[in-house]
Amino acid sequence: MRLRLVPKETSFDFFKRWKLWLGISALMMIVSFGSFMYQGLNYGIDFRGGTTIRTQSTQALDVAAYRGAIDALGLGDVTITEVFDPTFGPDENVAMIRIQAQEGEQAVTADMIKQVQASLQAVAPDINFVSVESVGPKVSGELVQTAFLAVALAIGAVLVYIWLRFEWQFALGAVAALVHDVILTIGVFSEVQIKFDLAIIAALLTIVGYSLNDTVVVFDRVRENLRKYKKMSLAEVLNLSINETLSRTVMTSVTTLLALVSLYVLGGDVIRGFVFAMIWGVIVGTYSSIFVASAILLYLGVKRDWSKPDNTAGNQFANVDA
Amino acid sequence: MLHIDLWKRVLIWLVCAAGLLLALPNAFYTKVEQSNDALAAIEMGGATPELTETAGQWPGWMPSSLVNLGLDLRGGAHLLAEVQVADVYASRMQAMWPEIRDILRPERPTIGTIRLQPSKPDEIRVRLGQPDGMARALEVVRGLARPIQSLSGIGANDIEVRAEDDILIVTLSEAEMVASDDRTVRQALEIVRRRIDEVGTREPTIQRQGADRILIQVPGIGSASELKAIIGTTAQLTFNPVVGRGSNPDANPGIGNKVIPSLDEEGAYYTVEAAPVVTGEELVDAQPAFDQNGRPAVNFRFNTSGARKFGDYTLENIGSPFAIVLDDEVVSAPVIQSHIPGGSGIITGRFTVEESTHLAVLLRAGALPAGLTFLEERTIGPELGQDSIDAGKVATMVAFAAVLVFMALSYGLFGVFANIALILNVALIFGLLSMIGATLTLPGIAGIVLTVGMAVDANVLVFERIREELKTARGPSRAIELGYEKALSAILDANITTFITAVILFVMGSGPVRGFAITLGLGIMTSVFTAIFVTRVIIVMWFERRRPKTIEV
Repeated sequence: MRLRLVPKETSFDFFKRWKLWLGISALMMIVSFGSFMYQGLNYGIDFRGGTTIRTQSTQALDVAAYRGAIDALGLGDVTITEVFDPTFGPDENVAMIRIQAQEGEQAVTADMIKQVQASLQAVAPDINFVSVESVGPKVSGELVQTAFLAVALAIGAVLVYIWLRFEWQFALGAVAALVHDVILTIGVFSEVQIKFDLAIIAALLTIVGYSLNDTVVVFDRVRENLRKYKKMSLAEVLNLSINETLSRTVMTSVTTLLALVSLYVLGGDVIRGFVFAMIWGVIVGTYSSIFVASAILLYLGVKRDWSKPDNTAGNQFANVDA
Repeated sequence: MLHIDLWKRVLIWLVCAAGLLLALPNAFYTKVEQSNDALAAIEMGGATPELTETAGQWPGWMPSSLVNLGLDLRGGAHLLAEVQVADVYASRMQAMWPEIRDILRPERPTIGTIRLQPSKPDEIRVRLGQPDGMARALEVVRGLARPIQSLSGIGANDIEVRAEDDILIVTLSEAEMVASDDRTVRQALEIVRRRIDEVGTREPTIQRQGADRILIQVPGIGSASELKAIIGTTAQLTFNPVVGRGSNPDANPGIGNKVIPSLDEEGAYYTVEAAPVVTGEELVDAQPAFDQNGRPAVNFRFNTSGARKFGDYTLENIGSPFAIVLDDEVVSAPVIQSHIPGGSGIITGRFTVEESTHLAVLLRAGALPAGLTFLEERTIGPELGQDSIDAGKVATMVAFAAVLVFMALSYGLFGVFANIALILNVALIFGLLSMIGATLTLPGIAGIVLTVGMAVDANVLVFERIREELKTARGPSRAIELGYEKALSAILDANITTFITAVILFVMGSGPVRGFAITLGLGIMTSVFTAIFVTRVIIVMWFERRRPKTIEV
């Protein structure tokens, strides 16, 4: 008696319409990019400076009253959102208040926070300020730079590693899949307008890692099968390899998703955006290792004759099986 | 066929046992923490029965390192401060003027009269009465330059002296500015550390970041503003000769002087000489006290050189007022009644008891060499941290249970083996985190949960491979062997690539993100270890005992 999500033997033809899948992926990337350009990301204070205050009160939340209290101070753009979460008790009314970055380098002046807190206390006497965070414009600018650099570096490092271990076609395929995943994730964040902060960058890099994990497992099998079945066409080898590893792909995705979904539901609202990014990344990453990475490999072709040494392709690291 | 050397088995189990042992204190977090605190207190100030009892809550022979909880889990304040390193240039130049004046005076026959000219704060401009003497003046002033002791500035001097028409200009050299910046930040770091230690909070993090920044994290403090009040005050104490007193803040102070407000008297301004007689750097002690009228005040004592300067000055200037200046505000400006030789004195002002205590702390810890600008500040309430821990705990448990059940359902007995490895894996992560004293943050918890999900991947790869090999290979033991052998390259490649991203996250990230990178990176290492070694040992041991003819994976 075994739970089997994937039948023992599968022979799906993943590449019957590979051009269509590549086209869909390209379209999705364009849509994501368009959304990013048109709508933009909902950057958190990490990236654009400003102050967020998380408040908690036993009284029902009156956003309009809060707004009135803060607008009177003339601090510029202020957003107030009520936070809902299944883990909250009935008398936990939580709001997030975001105030735009003020003039000057300083993150915030002590006076401003005191004023805001005082005027909110006038509206809701038992209000509690559970967290107050401010980031100055100078730091936020640098954080954006570092974040982009980190993602670019990660992708670059991976490109080099795969190139050393496999061949350049594999490396390109894997990196195309990574770029695809990152762009689609950014697209979702811009479409749904979930707060995009430093933690999301961590999530993006984890997605890069996960998606790669998946791609590498498929590629590893492709490399093995290429040596084993010298007469088979590349499309058939790819298909066979993906079918052979399908059970593992599904198993790992399911265990990872099980863990992530429980974190999404029960982990509290503070990290929900972060977990959402990762769930999305696992789904997209699994898809992309088959329909992007492998499809691009099929498009680029691979050198097949492994018996003859060829100095231009592969290298001494390619056959290291630790 | 299936064979693992005895020493390898022993080693693998030893590593697991060590991991479990190191992780164990975290299961009794509060107890161990109290015990550790008590032990530290005993070391600091001797044992009391209560402390000894608290310390005894956790046996001394057990490991007692705990995973540090990050600010987002424990609550506290986080500040990123930028040291205004350029402040120092101005005070350096100010202090330089008397020296330049004194060395130029004897040269007056050749260079004529010398006059200080108005200038930017980081340079000194001197007009010479006889521009012909410039060459001599340059030579003399250059004699004041000192070589810099630093790696980058070998052979460089600390000041640059040049001439512009009849004006002699002295500035700090490029190399000296770099060296000075570095010194300033180090000093500031040290002073911040001392001030926080004086207040006595536990486990603060005070780190230098980049060229001119300091990161300060203090768990358990109420708010970032509180923390700013402690470390944000410069507490630069100086004693300056008073030139005059008035009510106009824009009065022309005259060259070499400055106009500064009074601390207590609204609308009163003093004109004082910019170069101080003595500074707070030469204080050796400061204590809160009361003056003869019973008002709060601060007693201070100078070191020998400070006492001598102060003594000489008071001797020469009996009857004239001098100002006690704190951060460019005049605290008081008493008239010197008599020669004060002992080097001790009292600062009076309209202090409250609290203020005088605070001031004494600041003076004892020393002045910041330059002002701090706060670029980033975060306060996380302890309730939010506790909520996050609770939510994280529940989520981790549920995630864990779900994965365990799923694995057992999918792979049967082999799934159970993988589950044992998974449990050991999480224990190992906690053990390693405690050992290296890493900080667990909320994203770090997410990293552990993610690891729980992904850690089974290596085992899944092996098991799937064994299934495949069972179809073709001769007998189960060969299939198991081949399964491990052939899955290895995929496991390594997949994990190395993920590990690369974890390393990049660690290097580039900060705060919570770094916490996430640590747990992710450690999780990868432990999961590879448990998948390749631990499950293998378990399977081999099971196989040796049972010798099954067929296996089902």
